[in-house]
Amino acid sequence: MLNTLLPILLFAALGLALIGVLRRVSLWRNGRAAKVDLLGGLLAMPKRYMVDLHHVVARDKYIANTHVATAGGAVASIILAILVHGFGLHNRVLGYALLLMSAVMFVGAIFMYLRRRHPPSRLSKGPWMRLPKSLLAFSGSFFVVTLPVAGVLPANFGGWLLAIILGIGLLWGVCELFLGMTWGGPMKHAFAGALHLAWHRRPERFGGGRSTGLKPLDLTDRTAPLGVEKPKDFTWNQLLGFDACVQCGKCEAACPAFAAGQPLNPKKLIQDMVVGLAGGTDANFAGSPYPSLDGMGKPIGEHGGNPHQPIVNGLVDADTLWSCTTCRACVEECPMMIEHVDAIVDMRRHLTLEKGATPNKGAEVLENLIATDNPGGFAPGGRMNWAADLNLEVMSHKKTVDVLFWVGDGAFDMRNQRTLRAFVKVLKAARVDFAVLGLEERDSGDVARRLGDEATFQMLARRNIQTLAQYDFKRIVTCDPHSFHVLKNEYGAFEGHYVVQHHSTYLAELIADGALNVGQHKGTSVTYHDPCYLGRYNGEYQAPRDVLRALGIEVKEMVRSGFRSRCCGGGGGAPITDIPGKQRIPDMRMDDIRETGAELVAVGCPQCTAMLEGVVEPRPMIKDIAELVADALFEETAPAKPAAARREPAEAH
Amino acid sequence: MDKSALHVISLVSVGAHPTSGRPRRAEQDARAVELGLQLAGDNLHVLHAGDAEEPALRGYLGMGVDELHVLAQPPGADALPGLADYIRESGVQLVLTGSQAETGEGSGMLPYLLAEKLGWPLVVGMAEVESMSNGTAQVLQALPRGQRRRLKVRLPFLATVDNSAPKPRQSAYGPAQRGLLDVEEIDVVIDEVFAGAELTPAKPRPKRLKVIKAKSGADRMKAATAKASGGGGQVLKGVTAQEGAAAILKLLVEEGVVR
Repeated sequence: MLNTLLPILLFAALGLALIGVLRRVSLWRNGRAAKVDLLGGLLAMPKRYMVDLHHVVARDKYIANTHVATAGGAVASIILAILVHGFGLHNRVLGYALLLMSAVMFVGAIFMYLRRRHPPSRLSKGPWMRLPKSLLAFSGSFFVVTLPVAGVLPANFGGWLLAIILGIGLLWGVCELFLGMTWGGPMKHAFAGALHLAWHRRPERFGGGRSTGLKPLDLTDRTAPLGVEKPKDFTWNQLLGFDACVQCGKCEAACPAFAAGQPLNPKKLIQDMVVGLAGGTDANFAGSPYPSLDGMGKPIGEHGGNPHQPIVNGLVDADTLWSCTTCRACVEECPMMIEHVDAIVDMRRHLTLEKGATPNKGAEVLENLIATDNPGGFAPGGRMNWAADLNLEVMSHKKTVDVLFWVGDGAFDMRNQRTLRAFVKVLKAARVDFAVLGLEERDSGDVARRLGDEATFQMLARRNIQTLAQYDFKRIVTCDPHSFHVLKNEYGAFEGHYVVQHHSTYLAELIADGALNVGQHKGTSVTYHDPCYLGRYNGEYQAPRDVLRALGIEVKEMVRSGFRSRCCGGGGGAPITDIPGKQRIPDMRMDDIRETGAELVAVGCPQCTAMLEGVVEPRPMIKDIAELVADALFEETAPAKPAAARREPAEAH
Repeated sequence: MDKSALHVISLVSVGAHPTSGRPRRAEQDARAVELGLQLAGDNLHVLHAGDAEEPALRGYLGMGVDELHVLAQPPGADALPGLADYIRESGVQLVLTGSQAETGEGSGMLPYLLAEKLGWPLVVGMAEVESMSNGTAQVLQALPRGQRRRLKVRLPFLATVDNSAPKPRQSAYGPAQRGLLDVEEIDVVIDEVFAGAELTPAKPRPKRLKVIKAKSGADRMKAATAKASGGGGQVLKGVTAQEGAAAILKLLVEEGVVR
């Protein structure tokens, strides 16, 4: 009897799944157009899946192996089951192959089930708790039902009772896998995920590449929306990307804002976007809610929306979007390579450019950037005051130089001025041919862009590019990873292409070339804090550590270092929008630092310095790498100064 | 208050950032627009006399104003006659302005001259409009040290706002770019006095040395917090206009203002 029912079941489920595909595709097509290589992407997809995606998943060996078994077994089982039981190809070899594959899948599903016995809080519950059992039902039923095909058991083995049990198991498994795949069950991640990998908005990320610069808005196109107001304002492949989420919660576990109790959970945000694209409420969300100040979490089920309704204050509250530090920890952890930060900045753009709703000091900072080219509103003429006694060469006089030292807005900050002066001391000791832009330099536009003010960013970027175009230099070196990232990765879209280096990279080069005569760091034990915009954004983890090693420092690494480094809380304009949480992000980072027992933390970013120094004492000391190098420099014996001439006492009348 | 029935004009000028001097929306004028938006909503009429090509004007449009009305004037022209004619014909109930322009003459005289020319009452430093009905408005006037004075004013009237008025909302790029400029050509009256004058940068006024005479902590506290009043003030109540005028004239002569 099963022999007649099974093909009907399989093909009916396939047909329904196909209708589901069409419906899901039509949902994605609500989004705006995007330039995507459709065919090339599809062809590249298997490699992206097996290499790039697996590379991320393999950070957790248990789940990587389990997933290989389950997913591999499932794909093979489905194809073989359609051949054997759908088309009735009762071939012995095919039968054995199906037995093997469903067994592999069964073993994988068992480990999946074991992981789910005491699931960590980051994992979504609800239908996701059912999934391992569904997979067991699918693989188990197909295994048993295939035994006769392989000739292991007689055709009518087990009688009616087993047939009924198997029938139920098959129905359950087929529904979960075929229908769940395209009608929005947990298995949707496989279908949407595969297409998301094929038509990813940043294909440069695959094959070991890196793509972290925000995409520009075309401000000349008056018909294009300024940022994202409604789900349909996302590009279609962004919507597809949201649908790929497996709700593993790796992003939630890595998110500094979530840990600080600020109302952001990247996983919930992506799921809210899925609710937005499909329509409905978030009542079915079975993971951690957005944290709230009372510790209970924002209630679930009160928010909803659809593709044509504004997102903010329907689907998501504005403070959720403003909690993000753009540290990219979620993107780094996401096994589906979803672009959370892009989505958040897209929605911020709408709030800032259309609504004028940048919270707290946001509006003031943006006004200052427009009127004074620096976020603090300082008189632009004071930009070089920090170097009044240093006799720095200025590009407008020098025109041609080896190294253009990009000072950044830290020029106005008294703490950062110490770093800048230390770096100048090092450059002079290494006899580097360098100059600064002086009063011609403007804010790089980093903060404006992360606050969603694309217009101000583009204005600053264009003017800086115009200034830089007048001069001849081999490379730009800066002590600020934010300027570094923007100059290196985001000015390209406006025809500003430069060789840009962070000062740690340049220092490492100078030391390797023997241009610097450095001694040993004295005393205290040291740990190193990776700035997000240097590490995750630009992949520079080694150079700062090389510099520290050259100073004889053995870095006491924090648990969260390198690509897992925790943000200091200073990125993305977060200190400006200042969304309250139950603790501060820099305090948590300082706890990470204290755990190492280090007495000094080396940093390479003015934001990190400011945030970490804001932690109340007693705490480890904070020093920039440039300061550490400058302290360890062997001073050349300065020529003895001539004794100051004795002055006659002045007479007062 | 019925927002749609209210007819409010906010007068705006081009400002200058205090540290960089670059053109921007003027801080107090933006507050006048903010107060106007809170009172009249979309009905608010924003008016500028000057150069319509100045990009900084778009800063006001970015606050959510659909249209900005400009009376075209070359630099150095006297904005007063044009504004007075326009306002008189507009049938407006309330005109809001900042206290002092950030560019140009910046004398702070415009609201006074305008009120004189129109023959309207002028409320200086208005912080809030509490109610408007039956041809009168009840408003709060800001006094030094956070004090407020409740005033009843007959409509139409003119009011200046200063830093006690509500903080202006953020100017957003999208609405600023989309907003319309409605330019009207008017007769240009050259301000002869201003045109003939020579402008020199202001010199900081010499500061009197502060001699602390207080003997105790309590005295010092009092000196730091007491009202900056002359002490010799005199409240005249129930006197005739002549007696009042005579008392004021006497004080002005004593103070050397009138010789």
